[in-house]
Amino acid sequence: MTELLVGTKKGLFALQGDPGGSFDITARAFAGEPVEFAMRDGRSGRYFACVTSAFYGPKIFVADDPAGEWQQAEGLTLPDGEESALIRLWSVVPGIADDHLYAGGDPGVLFESRDGGVSWELNKSFWEQPTRPEWGPGAGGMCLHSIATWPGDPSRLALAISAVGVWLSDDAGQTWRHGNKGLVPRYLPEDARENTFDLCVHNLHRHATKPERLFMQFHGGVYRSDDAGESWIDIGTDTGLPSDFGFPLVIDPDDADSAYVIPLVADLDRVTPEGRVRVYETRDAGASWTPRGDGLPSEDAYLTILRQAFGRSGSGETMELYFGATSGDVFGSGDAGATWSTAATKLPPVHSVRVA
Amino acid sequence: MAVVRLRAPLTELTGGQRELQLDGATVREVLRALETEHPAISGWILDERTTIRQHINVFVNGERGREDTALAPDDRIHVLPSISGG
Repeated sequence: MTELLVGTKKGLFALQGDPGGSFDITARAFAGEPVEFAMRDGRSGRYFACVTSAFYGPKIFVADDPAGEWQQAEGLTLPDGEESALIRLWSVVPGIADDHLYAGGDPGVLFESRDGGVSWELNKSFWEQPTRPEWGPGAGGMCLHSIATWPGDPSRLALAISAVGVWLSDDAGQTWRHGNKGLVPRYLPEDARENTFDLCVHNLHRHATKPERLFMQFHGGVYRSDDAGESWIDIGTDTGLPSDFGFPLVIDPDDADSAYVIPLVADLDRVTPEGRVRVYETRDAGASWTPRGDGLPSEDAYLTILRQAFGRSGSGETMELYFGATSGDVFGSGDAGATWSTAATKLPPVHSVRVA
Repeated sequence: MAVVRLRAPLTELTGGQRELQLDGATVREVLRALETEHPAISGWILDERTTIRQHINVFVNGERGREDTALAPDDRIHVLPSISGG
């Protein structure tokens, strides 16, 4: 039995079912509130939900059971006296050390917890980046959505922000530098691209077995890095993708040459191309991509899949994959994308999907 | 003392209290006093800038108030979510 955590525009849904079948709703929390992201930390078993009330602001809530009582985590606030306020929280990621977690949010902020997610502190070094006044948001705000830890080495970290590119640290977040070499922001005039901060990364993941390798879905572009994010290689052009625009990205943790993306038409038409829903898989590090759509809607289906709405569990041929769309549909595969089925329908617009 | 009236879910953060008497010369001061008395409500009405959140309405004696609205003793303050959203 698999448990999914589906963050939606109208609350968090916990679903249970078997891969390849339909799932039942087993819990709903934060009714009516936008849940940007939810996950379960496998180390502690705790559940986390990033909730952005339109009225009461962004919070992280923690629970031992999604159907039980949720407690508000402490410390997710910007320093007093600043001109900015915390706008939204986009991700929670387990760190390497026990009880260490990271959270990313808007306006381009990183928080850390060292007590399993009960209390949090702002990473001040990142908050105080001297270039911050020049940073600009993407359409979804200035969201720090991707936090890539380095297995076995808590000092090394990669972050990605829409629209402030990739940031790297080798000293556990005390100092930061850019990792943007090779990224091409086609949405800017050519003569404005070289030194810009306006780099709209949509998703970034590091491979556990080969941590110097990362994959990225960019705002128009799919990239791979083989040097820990220092530089990026275009793997979205003439490699078999119908479009290099999209939001989410997933990897098979056992295969450092693997990645999955869900292409959308383009930035001005953010729906699945040709009315067909297809996931694209590479097993050769992006040299080629293969469509995986067996069982997915194949006609008159113009879906939008957001950046956190694609999750996985396991690895290899039995890896489970799940993604949700703003249509309220959730699709799943129990065989690494070879075949798909509908896990749930008629949910509110889906913001995030993770396997608990 | 001003009288602050709250609705759910804010009352869940004040131990169920729907009406509180609090000191303060302005709406901001009274809301800060509310946070001091009930720390769990910090960040729900005022943000980090001590600005009333965009989609929260504060009424003072039935009229829209802002952070710096001056208060007299026994003024009634209602804190309500605005009619917005989707």
